[in-house]
Amino acid sequence: MTATGERREATARWAGPVHADLRRSLQAGALIGIALMAGVDEIIFHQVLGWHHFYDRATPAIGLMTDGLLHAAELIALVAGFFLLAELRQRQAFDRARARAAFFLGAGGFQLFDGIVDHKLLRLHQIRYVDNLLPYDIAWNLSALIMLGIGLWLLARARKPQPGL
Amino acid sequence: MEHLHVQHAEHGLGLTLSGVAAIVLMLCLAVAYLRGVRHLRRAGRRWPRARTAAFLTGVGLLAIGASPPLMQAAMADFRLHMLQHLLAGMLAPLGLVLGAPVCLMLRRLPKKLVLRLSGLLHSAWIGFVAHPCIALLLNVGGLYLLYLTPLYDAMHASLVLHGLVHVHIVLAGCLFTWSVLDGPDPVPRRHSMRLRLATVFIAIAAHTLLSKVIYAYGLPGGVHPQEQIEAGAQWMYYGGDVAELLLLIAMFARRKHTPGAGDFFRDAPAAAST
Repeated sequence: MTATGERREATARWAGPVHADLRRSLQAGALIGIALMAGVDEIIFHQVLGWHHFYDRATPAIGLMTDGLLHAAELIALVAGFFLLAELRQRQAFDRARARAAFFLGAGGFQLFDGIVDHKLLRLHQIRYVDNLLPYDIAWNLSALIMLGIGLWLLARARKPQPGL
Repeated sequence: MEHLHVQHAEHGLGLTLSGVAAIVLMLCLAVAYLRGVRHLRRAGRRWPRARTAAFLTGVGLLAIGASPPLMQAAMADFRLHMLQHLLAGMLAPLGLVLGAPVCLMLRRLPKKLVLRLSGLLHSAWIGFVAHPCIALLLNVGGLYLLYLTPLYDAMHASLVLHGLVHVHIVLAGCLFTWSVLDGPDPVPRRHSMRLRLATVFIAIAAHTLLSKVIYAYGLPGGVHPQEQIEAGAQWMYYGGDVAELLLLIAMFARRKHTPGAGDFFRDAPAAAST
């Protein structure tokens, strides 16, 4: 067997398609995860529930500026993620298991970042304008940690050699 | 507030006339474009329908933005002013640029004019303003000037200034869109996707920031009531998102199809329809 053949067989024992682009599959999953969580934040918490405020008159100027940069990154992540996904599928290099893991890592990571940096450090806005905010903050960040946990578990599973291949 | 109403009344006729003139100009552009396409088809050359559709959408949106009733109403209502800004500065330019009108002209015009046009496209001046960073400055920088300085107030007092500001918004929007899409009309210099994406990143961030600053601190002068300004700022934020998403989709969709460094007169194959 040639060297290439051996390597190919080794890749096949590894999870996913033979020519899977593992790094880019992870990237695509993470980008879509981040963008989707940002979309949920915008649609559910800002628009549907009306809990978040567009601007709550307590945001410092630096917070507004960072908010702009984050928002720009979210929009680009959304479009870039889906185009990357389409490209990977087109050349049959999409590793579903890794992308799924990265999706949860991206979503959880964004949620945690939003909960700690946006809400608390930059004080862009709060989750809800009530007297006792603590339960909301705990629930928010706990949900982020759960998503991160799922992501890590899926990643570990994706990395394990699949039996029977 | 009172003096503003007097000004509006004086400007009423001028606004209507400039709106009508803009609509006539849009009609002429649409007709010229369609004639160009028909001419090409008759000569047996292909012209993607998506481009025609994009261009017509662009002129249509501009005509809506310039329609006298909207012009009049936008003077008094900041939300409608924002709607105009979204149409004229972001959405219409995307359609116009994706319609590749310069490619069409290059194929249609006599050779002498083609040479002159391509000379113009290669001139140092166009090369300078067509750099994504300069186009960004002209586009979003212009908005910062408009909303954070007394220019917005002054625009309501002078019909000439009002016209100039709107022409600038349309032209700067087209320049920026053309520059970050890297076509489909020939660009003086190609820029990497990375640079163009970075430019759009800054543009979105700056647009978002400006809308929040307007919401938070209001506009200079007292043309509009605060609640109208707040609503208008949110229209700017969310409407801007829609336009920027479309722009990003066009950028990524074109990326695969853009031929490498290249032949100046060769069109980037269509597919750039939104």
